[in-house]
Amino acid sequence: MIFLTRRATFSASHYYWNEAWPAEKNERVFGRCANRNGHGHNYTLEVTVAGEPDAMTGFVVDLKWLKDVMEREVLSAYDHRHLNLETPEFKNTNPTTENIAVAAWKRLEPAINSAGGAKLTRIRVYETPEIFAEYRGEA
Amino acid sequence: MKAYFGRRYLVSASHRLHAEALTAEENRAAYGKCNNAHGHGHNYFVEVLVGGAVDPATGMVVDLVALDRTVDERILQRFDHTNLNLDTLFADRVPTTENFCQAIFDLLRDALPAGELEYVRVEETENNFFECWARG
Repeated sequence: MIFLTRRATFSASHYYWNEAWPAEKNERVFGRCANRNGHGHNYTLEVTVAGEPDAMTGFVVDLKWLKDVMEREVLSAYDHRHLNLETPEFKNTNPTTENIAVAAWKRLEPAINSAGGAKLTRIRVYETPEIFAEYRGEA
Repeated sequence: MKAYFGRRYLVSASHRLHAEALTAEENRAAYGKCNNAHGHGHNYFVEVLVGGAVDPATGMVVDLVALDRTVDERILQRFDHTNLNLDTLFADRVPTTENFCQAIFDLLRDALPAGELEYVRVEETENNFFECWARG
């Protein structure tokens, strides 16, 4: 089994807010991230798939194909967007790094796993070089 | 929904690799430049991965500020800008990065504000790093 990872970057803005809480609690729990005018990051998305190399091509998957899938399913929706305001999955869910990793998985899994080759095994989202989240499809 | 939150910290520290049970010659053979009597230092990057359920109210596995506080109190204040050989943990263990990684894992495992410690990775230089995993 070979694990193959493709990296891409996107830039987006967001803020953290729980509508069920009063403003004071939001500001206490989320600190500066609760600023309703938003702030932004340069995110790095890492997509890892696993499979056996094809006997003919030697590829687990065609990297160009994977790049195009990531562009179509994730980057076209997230890059240079305000995640809270412009992506349906974050209308009522905080676009934390954890939730972005889960949402990217949901966007990518059907396209990758239906292709019949490698299986999606891990998503990593770096919010900064020092902060990241990971999702492995676990319940 | 189980996810993982990762955070990287910088620890600058010195160490000397020297095993008391070995002769001076054997130490030089085993550790080379790292056996230099006066020690040397590294900028260690400590990467911590915490697994757990994503809290629906916050969208978080663990509160970043609380995690930072724990790591600061347990790890950074203890090891940053110190000589690792002088720490009690290394009184009878050579402060290789393998042992440093295991020590950090043991110090953090039961101290996290939320979630479970999945792994600790310690990068000694850009070209080598070590990982200690909860699961074997």
